[in-house]
Amino acid sequence: MTNLKPVDVAIIGGGWTGLAMAKELVSRTSVSVLALERGAPRTLADYAMDMDELDYAIRLRMMQNIAEETITHRHSARDSAVPVRQYGSFHPGTGVGGAGEHWTGMCFRFMPDIFTLRTHLTEKHGAAHLPADLAVQDWGVTYDQLEPHYWYAEQMMGVSGKAGNLGGKLIDGGNIFESPRSQEYPTPPLKHSYASFLFKEATRKLGYHPYPTPAANLSENFTNPDGVTRPGCVYCGHCSRFGCMIGAKSQPTNTLLPVLRKHKSFQLRTGSWVRRIVHENGRATGVQFTDANGDEFFQPAETVVLASFTLNNVRLLYLSKIGTPYDPAAGKGTLGRNLTHQVQGGARIFFDKPLNAFMGAGCVGQRISDYDGGNGLTGEDGLLRLGMLSANSNGELPIASFGALPPGTSKANWGAEWKAASLQWRDRVAQLSLAGEHMSYRQNYMDLDPSYTDKFGDPLLRFTLNWTDHEYKQQEFAYDLSAKIAPAMGAKVDPTRPSRARYNVIQYQSTHIQGGAMMGATPETSVVNPYLQHWDVPNLWVLGASSFPQNASGNPTLTALAVTYWAADAVINKYLKHPRRLA
Amino acid sequence: MKRREFLTIPASALGGTLLYTLAREPFRLQAQEGTVKVPLRFFTAGEARVIATACERIFPSDANGPGAKEAGVVIYIDRQLAGPYGADKYRYTKGPFVDSYPEHGYQGKENPRETYHQGIAKLGNNFDELPVAEQIQKLQSMEKTHFFQLLRAHTIEGMFSDPMHGGNAGLIGWQLVGFPGPRMSYKEDIDQHFGAEFRPKPASLEQIMRRPGKPWEDEKA
Repeated sequence: MTNLKPVDVAIIGGGWTGLAMAKELVSRTSVSVLALERGAPRTLADYAMDMDELDYAIRLRMMQNIAEETITHRHSARDSAVPVRQYGSFHPGTGVGGAGEHWTGMCFRFMPDIFTLRTHLTEKHGAAHLPADLAVQDWGVTYDQLEPHYWYAEQMMGVSGKAGNLGGKLIDGGNIFESPRSQEYPTPPLKHSYASFLFKEATRKLGYHPYPTPAANLSENFTNPDGVTRPGCVYCGHCSRFGCMIGAKSQPTNTLLPVLRKHKSFQLRTGSWVRRIVHENGRATGVQFTDANGDEFFQPAETVVLASFTLNNVRLLYLSKIGTPYDPAAGKGTLGRNLTHQVQGGARIFFDKPLNAFMGAGCVGQRISDYDGGNGLTGEDGLLRLGMLSANSNGELPIASFGALPPGTSKANWGAEWKAASLQWRDRVAQLSLAGEHMSYRQNYMDLDPSYTDKFGDPLLRFTLNWTDHEYKQQEFAYDLSAKIAPAMGAKVDPTRPSRARYNVIQYQSTHIQGGAMMGATPETSVVNPYLQHWDVPNLWVLGASSFPQNASGNPTLTALAVTYWAADAVINKYLKHPRRLA
Repeated sequence: MKRREFLTIPASALGGTLLYTLAREPFRLQAQEGTVKVPLRFFTAGEARVIATACERIFPSDANGPGAKEAGVVIYIDRQLAGPYGADKYRYTKGPFVDSYPEHGYQGKENPRETYHQGIAKLGNNFDELPVAEQIQKLQSMEKTHFFQLLRAHTIEGMFSDPMHGGNAGLIGWQLVGFPGPRMSYKEDIDQHFGAEFRPKPASLEQIMRRPGKPWEDEKA
């Protein structure tokens, strides 16, 4: 083990939250910052040759090498877990920029009631009407406190969209159900695709309020407040699972890294796999990491920021023995609690016209929030929260899409009959997609697996996770809503209703995994305080969606950034001036 | 070192198409050459014939257009198996290996290379010489196996992946489904052509970028 020269702040992870914190620190203070990223460097030039569905969208070339580390999964504490041996339900990224390089770019603000969900649901429905196993809780921070930080993140990325609520004034064409915004979006919405146009017209006719998906895919050339200029999207259809070849999709490497590179007080060390946060007497002393050659290092630091993906944040806290592991039987402990994913659903719909669906971008699409959060729901049938329904055109690629057929069209899924039917239905199938809120439950959590290990021999993270009756109700509601919208779009809905199936690790759902190191008002109910400072180790800050006590309907990245900027203000304005526990 | 094996096929089946040799040097096959010998990286010539035939049953060449044979799907599969994917370099392969729910996916120990060898043994060395009806029957009896599911997925991949991976010869798969391939911009087209087919002429990544790509299978396994 080699001891390295101390730094002021060591950041674990070179993705969105780690680099966002680094940029605030080096541009606003004089501290030295070292970011440790276990993957490789990435630059715009890397992405010019990646428009290849096979290597990037099917073989998932940008993801963490699952051979080195994965998670295990079981549906309940009564089962034994097995490893997720190949990627399926989510895609953790690696390399500089992390999953922020291959993400889709959807940029939602959460609705205000998410931040006080326990209080809100209790007031609306009464404690007796909530599921007994419901574990949702208030965040300890409110939407109003986060609003300026949302705006700061949106400007950094140049988010494209249309405001529907500017300071309380509702605006037609935007999302009138959204949280009040202080400013219009930095750039106007992306263009329509045929499918998104049809969805907009249909939902309007039905009395809903469609709006364009807020997008980190720039709709036009944009220079952000840091002076970083990027071009508008060209709708090439290679977004999710790809890095953007022209930098139109906001990624850490094309927004934050160009600024960070100008600061001598910032260093980025790639190929550095942090394996432990070292601490004694309630204080982190630094981090221990292994480099690409297998050599081990100790990096001393005054302050440690844990800013990797949810999975690794939680696992590293477990491996470092920081915090109190959650015990679901006793209902005690906090580390690993409140694991959430995102509820997917909707329906496939079939057209008799071509959609030219190969054109698109991650966020080209229209959606409705008429049933987002608890909008339009009484809760009487047990459905407390729903989510957004959308039609997206993110660029249909031929390997993944070939063979999408109405049920019953072909007996087999191979051979002459199947080929003929697949060609007939080619480019005539779309999806109405639910992005559903996933509430947290006592029985869904993360801990360490007793049998399976990573390439170093350290235990893997174990998920205990299954859907509950509420998520099935969300999917059934979303299906019925889709069945209503499809004919108005001139399409037929797939008659297959949602199947109430168990959680599935094979099928891609979304890379939105939250919780495990949740924020909250007291050390008994949370891992970090409302400033993302660890309750037990006050010179350790834990960033990212691991801090979310439950997931909203919307994708988590923008909120993870807003909370990071909120935490950065606390670190810079309060903590560094006088290091102490801030709550 | 393994004896070098070749797949001998009529050049007309592949059209004029770019292939990559074992030395990773691209060379162009000419249709008029009669027959061509494609160097194999993983299969023996006999194994390649069995797999090529099975792929042809999965994605047949018929009145609806070309299939696995014309696209060179077996060449695609041969390269995938020879590369890191075939050796499971990107799958979690630590034990214990236990059976679980279908929701947990393939939990077996065998890597794709081993799975193919087992599958070929089940199909039989003379599979390509059986009557077509018998070939179909045999594949039907194997539909639920991991091997068949891989073979089906790989056949679709070989039909529709960029030709740098060895399949989709002459962009035949993309022409079949009207996919234009990677393109630099649809900025002027995305909000046009509503309800009408827009089918730009397909081009490969190399044609668009004017330099050869670096397929993952060429990485050392």
